[in-house]
Amino acid sequence: MELLVKENNTLSNSPWLLLHASAVFAFLYLPIAVLILYSFNGEGVGGFPPRHLTLGWYRILFADGPIWDSVLNSLQVAAAAVVIALGFGVPAALALDRTQFFGKALFRRLVLLPLILPGIITGLSLLMLFNVSGTKLSLLTIILGHGTALISVATTEVFAGLQKLDRAQEEASLDLGANYWQTFWRITVPNLKLPIVGAALLIFTLSMDEIAVSFFLIGRDNTLPLEIWGRLRRGITPEINAVSTIIFLFSLVAIVLWYRLRVRSEPDVDVGSEIVQTAEGHTI
Amino acid sequence: MFSRAYKTAVTLPPLVWVTAFLLMPYLLMFCYSFWSVSASQTIVHSWNLDNYRQLLQVDVYWQTLLRSMWIAARVTIFSLLLGYPLAYFLSFYAGKRKDLLYQFVIIPLWVSYLVRAYAWKTILGSEGVLNTLLQYAHLTRHPLEFLLYSPFAVVLTLTHIYTPFAFLPIYAALEHIPRNLVEASHDLGATPRQTFWKVIFPLSIPGVVAGATFAFVLSLGDFLAPLLLGGPSGIMISNIVVSLFGAAYNWPLGAAISLCMLLLVLGLLFCSERLEKKWSFS
Repeated sequence: MELLVKENNTLSNSPWLLLHASAVFAFLYLPIAVLILYSFNGEGVGGFPPRHLTLGWYRILFADGPIWDSVLNSLQVAAAAVVIALGFGVPAALALDRTQFFGKALFRRLVLLPLILPGIITGLSLLMLFNVSGTKLSLLTIILGHGTALISVATTEVFAGLQKLDRAQEEASLDLGANYWQTFWRITVPNLKLPIVGAALLIFTLSMDEIAVSFFLIGRDNTLPLEIWGRLRRGITPEINAVSTIIFLFSLVAIVLWYRLRVRSEPDVDVGSEIVQTAEGHTI
Repeated sequence: MFSRAYKTAVTLPPLVWVTAFLLMPYLLMFCYSFWSVSASQTIVHSWNLDNYRQLLQVDVYWQTLLRSMWIAARVTIFSLLLGYPLAYFLSFYAGKRKDLLYQFVIIPLWVSYLVRAYAWKTILGSEGVLNTLLQYAHLTRHPLEFLLYSPFAVVLTLTHIYTPFAFLPIYAALEHIPRNLVEASHDLGATPRQTFWKVIFPLSIPGVVAGATFAFVLSLGDFLAPLLLGGPSGIMISNIVVSLFGAAYNWPLGAAISLCMLLLVLGLLFCSERLEKKWSFS
């Protein structure tokens, strides 16, 4: 009988579904393809067919000082956001897994909230905090914003890892005379290596792309998405396509790395859907 | 097995941080929404309900909120119409290619939001790729102006961005359906159509609710796509908030609108959680 079901479910028996799936993939990839194609177009951003293919826009891009300054800023922000998000997200996951305290349910919801909340609300509420406390807007305020919002990612990833962790190892370590600090670094962290590295990669990528929160916390120095945003407002050139193509390639590398990490650690996990589900509090 | 000191060490730092940088800012937003701005452009810390009264009385605010919800609803419907059959196809028909195709759905999710919105702008503009293509093929003589700077452009772009979000939980729900249920339905003589509507679809409802919530909430609060592609008729509620915090300088009124959005989102999350629980079978 199983055979029969399988025979029913072949590609040739579902032409409409196949057609629909092809159309959705075309829809998802059309803008990306257009973006990359026109980064080589000598005639500018629009216009069909593309004419005078050239690497000129990439040459202009590499000579463009402000863009590279903003790339450096973004790299710093992303690195610092990873440190903050992991620094507080890992203990938060441990706390949710291993302790009971007053207000724990509220704490869990608060930590996860920035994942599902539109960025404008997180950004504006932090803007008001910095305003009231007299903090001048700078890259530091963006770092605080990204770090805080992305604790959610670190917590969900590490919490999922903790669920699969065998506590016997930690118990044995404690019984054999190691203190909590030693046990944490020698047993807990090595066992959580993959979720932690995965979370770091994800946080870094998300921070590099983030714009809705940064939009409100920006000081004088731009991050890369805000630099691009500023130029879009002034008018568009294929230089933006060129830098977008490069960002795309880097995101692609990060995704592939992340995906392989996840598959290696848990071969049958629903990669990706976890993020969406955890945002709504399914795993925790 | 964990000592009191251990528990304090892992609980206290995140608790303090989250209180300082998440809870406090939200509470501050709440406070701001009851304050006002004086004629000399300073914030007056006197408590009153004027901002909320204004929200109800001035048409443009609640009309824009309704329009934003209508845009978000359309994005949600289109994302589900695109995402559900795709998830169904991958889960039940794609065979060995399932994992590869799954990755292809994920990849656009990680391409910068801004970059994708910008790409649609270059496609839809009056000098853009689509219009010049149509003229090149002699299908139109003049550029179609409704494509860009319209609610259409916003809905199209946001649908493109949130379709993978809608797809993911639906796919996860479909993958979790025990295959022997489907086989049992076939064995007992149900047609494929009956099996889908009586077995598969009801079991996938929690995923549909999760995907719909995500698409609706995130597109409701969007302000970048409307700024980039919406034009005057595509303005959304967040754009009003942005201008109140910028040139219009009325933070308290902006805070009141943001708080309404926050409450709306929390209410939706609450409802969707209840719905998912009601329909989950495990």
